Formats: sequence, structure tokens, C-alpha cells
Amino acid sequence: MKRYILRRAGYCALSLFLLSLTIFFFVRVTGDPATLLVEPGASRADIAAIHHQFGLDRPLLVQYWLFMVNLFHGDFGQSFYYQVPVLQLYLSRLPNSLLLAAVAMGLSLLIGIPSGILASVHVGRFWDSFGKVFSLLGLSLPSFWVGLVLILVFSVYLGWLPSSGAGTPLHLIMPAFALGWYFAASHMRLTRSSMLEVLGSEYIKLARLKGLPQSLVIAKHAFKNALIPVLTLAGINLVIMVNVAVVVETVFAWPGIGRLLYEGIAFRDFPVVQGVVLMGGAMIVVVNLLVDILYAVIDPRIRLEK
Amino acid sequence: MSTPADVISLPARAPRSTFWSSLRRAQFPLIPTLILGVITFVAIFANQLAPHNPEVGSLVARFRPPFWMAKGSTEYLLGTDQLGRDVLSRLIFGARISLVVGFTAVIFAGVIGTALGIISGYLGSWADQVIMRITDTWLALPALTFAIFLAAIVGPSMWNIVIILGLTYWTRYARVIRGEVLSLKERDFVKLAIVAGCSKWTIMRRHLLPNVINTAVVLGSLMLGVVIIAEASLSFLGVGVPPPEPAWGLMLSDGKQGLMVGYWWLTVFPGCCIMLMVLSANLIGDWLRVKLDPQLRQL
Repeated sequence: MKRYILRRAGYCALSLFLLSLTIFFFVRVTGDPATLLVEPGASRADIAAIHHQFGLDRPLLVQYWLFMVNLFHGDFGQSFYYQVPVLQLYLSRLPNSLLLAAVAMGLSLLIGIPSGILASVHVGRFWDSFGKVFSLLGLSLPSFWVGLVLILVFSVYLGWLPSSGAGTPLHLIMPAFALGWYFAASHMRLTRSSMLEVLGSEYIKLARLKGLPQSLVIAKHAFKNALIPVLTLAGINLVIMVNVAVVVETVFAWPGIGRLLYEGIAFRDFPVVQGVVLMGGAMIVVVNLLVDILYAVIDPRIRLEK
Repeated sequence: MSTPADVISLPARAPRSTFWSSLRRAQFPLIPTLILGVITFVAIFANQLAPHNPEVGSLVARFRPPFWMAKGSTEYLLGTDQLGRDVLSRLIFGARISLVVGFTAVIFAGVIGTALGIISGYLGSWADQVIMRITDTWLALPALTFAIFLAAIVGPSMWNIVIILGLTYWTRYARVIRGEVLSLKERDFVKLAIVAGCSKWTIMRRHLLPNVINTAVVLGSLMLGVVIIAEASLSFLGVGVPPPEPAWGLMLSDGKQGLMVGYWWLTVFPGCCIMLMVLSANLIGDWLRVKLDPQLRQL
């Protein structure tokens, strides 16, 4: 158990190291950050001064070392545009992103789990086909387009919901739906396949042989066990949602992390872009580690295999 | 007991097998193939089919609605955008961009992923460790965010997007192909090739590659939809295909200007095009998956 967790944690650290290396490498190699800081047509002396100020004239390895040391001190650099530390900016936007992701997750589970159960109980019949079409649409419609169409219908024509911004629960509905839409499809698929697996097991047969009514078999015996993988996926997806909401947040001008990334790109604000991507990657790596550990605690087969 | 006569008379009773019925029995996705075919045709002959220049508009004809609406005219069948450019012509040329970006990016990702998957799976030991750790790290990155990050630093251009999407989406190929190779390399024909003195390179190229190419094609067809949506998202955010080129994602981004005043055609038409294309690609991919590779049904 200890060895398993240690190895997983080692992989996790390695992933984080590669992540920082990749991001550092791409930012430094694909262009001179100094040219982004100065006005076009700045003199060589100005550029050299900026190089010196930000330590860009030092060897690459030294730069990377300093970059890492700063990271460990929680220093992600200073935003060019807002003139405040990136971490502060990030943390001020994080609650909004989490709120949006949580509501979107709730919606996607509310749609995905019941439809998945319906499909698994009626395999090959109407509800199953309906579910298939639904999940196909979920995977094929770009979330930002769903968002735009929602704005068109509910803000422009019906005037029921505000088209952008944040503040009231009404502001949350459309972005949460646009974001949750895609994930509802994937939750439905997993619920269906997980339910089918459980429904084929021996103890379900036993429950049926005992003469339990169908509703009780489904609700009490099958559903509870089928829920475990779905909730795991939902946990991972919640973190992914925070990080892929860029386009949806841009459409609805939702002041979250995705919007921050978009602003960072629009204003050529490099430290912000770098910080958001780093934090996103780190979050996912850590969540994967937690899931691995959790599974090892629950299931001895996992921790005992080589 | 069946008599020989029964057996002989069987074919006569069976319905005549035509081209169409054999397609239906194979559950061939006819409509998606037709849609993708039409899109491809339109993309190839865009120069001949488009009624107007997609990049030049006339400012006197801004925000014209589609022809069936009150102020619409048959000159601009699907209306015009904020610069008076013909929406239909832009959609037609946009098909070209989506197809070119989609296919080349999928192939590019496929080449990287398949090569790494074969090397990692066949060589094993440290090569496997290194490649798989890199793959894991790459998988940990939120793909779209990473693509946006790359696009933002290298600057927008169509070919940059192809390279970026290729670099972002190769991981799934690498993982799946490695798994296939792990089981393939225990098979007799590979062992015989080793005994016959083939070099590692020859084995990977001549014996392993042909055996995993089916899987790569299936994965590619399933990736096509993902990549097209990713391209549209990048263009929508302004880090994809640069204006004034008529990419569908870019058209949606332009369409935002008319959204609040109800110029719905600028948002609905490009979105429908993306949806039709992605939906078709997914349906064909699903069919190929079941047809070519039963092992992949779980994906």
C-alpha cells in the first residue's frame, strides 16, 4: 500500500516536472517575452533593459531554476496588464469557476444518470435509442454554439435570462447548461454501461430470484453499485470542467478562470496565460493521484498488482 | 434431417441480395457518408460553387437576412454578415478549411501517436517508460486549454493550428496502439521474424505497423469530430484561423456582434455546419469501430 502510493506520488511529481518544463520551454523558445512587453519599434537598449530586469539574459537552465524556485514560493509572476500577482488574480476568479462547474456538474448528473438508467433498463428499445441520439448530440454540438443558441432563444427572443455577466442565480442557468451538456452525454454513457455490468451480476440474479420487484432491484441493488464509477468520473470531470470552460465563459462573459485565460491571450499577458495553464495541469495531475490512491484504498486488487 | 433438395432451394427463397440491402444489413451509415461527401464536394469546388467572394463584402449590404425573410434577397441566399459578406459563400469556403485542418491534424496526430505507440510497445524497457510518462503528462493537460496556450504563443495561422492540434491529440493513439503492440509482439509471426534476423526497425515497420493501421484509422475517424470542434473553438477565441478567412468558428465569433439584435443567421448556419460535419464523422467512426475492430467497442 505504502509502496503503491509512493510510486504513484513519484509519477505525479514527474508529471508535474515535465509539465513545468514543457510550459517553460514553449514560452521561452517560441518567442521573446520582452517583445510583448514593449511598444512595437522599441530601441534595442530598451529591450536589453527589460531582458536584464526579468533575468532573460541569463542561461536557460538558470532561468528555469529561478522559475521553479519562484513557483515553489507561490510566485507565478506579475500580470503585465493588471499589475497584480498572477496567483492573486487566479484565486480571485477561482470561486466563480468552481461555482459554474458545480452547477454544471449537478445539471449533467441530473440529466445523465436517469437517462443512463432508463437506457440500461430498456436495452435496445426506445429509451436506449433515445439515449444514444442524445449522447451523440452531446458529443457533436460544440458547447459554445449551444451557448450562443441559448442566448438567442432565452435572452434575445424570450428575454427571460440575462445574456452575460454574473451575480444572480439567473446568470448561472445558461452557462451551466452549455457547459454541462457535453458532460451529461458522457455521464449517461458511463451510467448505462456500468448499470449493464451490474445488472448482469450474480447478486442481481439472486435479488430477482428472491422475488424482489423490478423497481427495488434497480433502485436498491443495482443503482448504488453502478454509481461508484460514475461518481469517480464526475469528480475528475469537475476539475476538467473548471479548465475547459474557456469558450463557454467567453461566450457568457462569466468572470472565471477561463475568461481570465481569454483575457490573458487577448492582452498578450503572458504570465497570466502561463499561470492558468500550469495551475490547470497541476490540478488534473493531483486529482488523478487522489483517485488512484482512493481506488487503492477501496480495492486491494489495484494496490497488489505490480 | 435436411435433404439436399432443401439446401439447394435455400438461395432461391432468400431475398435477392442487392447492393442496397447488403449496405442495410451492414448498418452502413449512408446519410452521414452522403453529408460528408457533399461537404467534401462543396469544399473541393468552392471556387465554382460560391456565388460571391467570401472575403470581400459590400458595406451597403450589411446584415441582410436570408432570402425567405422580409428584407432578404435571392442575391444573398443565406444573408450577409457585419461587413456585407455573403454567408453562403463563407460557409462554402469554410468547409474547405474545416476539412483540411480536420484531416491533416488527425493524420499528423495519428503519425506521431502511432509511431510512439509502436516504439514504446515493441522496444519496452526505458523507451517505454519515457514515452509513457510523457504521454501521461500530456494526457493530464486539459487538451483544449493547452492548444489555446500553444496557439496564443505561436500566433494564428491555419498550418500552426494543424501542428498544434496534432501535438495536442496524439496521446490517445499512443496509448491504444501501445496496448495492441504489447499483445502483437508475443505472436508467432513476430517471433519468426526475429528468428529470421529482421532488424527491430523492419519488424516495427513491416510486421507491426500493418497490423495496427486499422486501429489507427478507427481512432482517427473518431478524433475527426473532436479536432473539428477544437479548431472551431480556437478560431472562435481568435487564436485559430486568422480573419478574414472564412473558418466556421470565426464566423460564429463575428456573429456575436449581431446576436443581441437578433441576426440569428450569423450564428445558426455556421453552427449547423459544424454540427452536421461532426455528427457525420462520429457516426461513420462508430460504424468503422464496430466493423473493423470489435476490441475497440469499449472506447
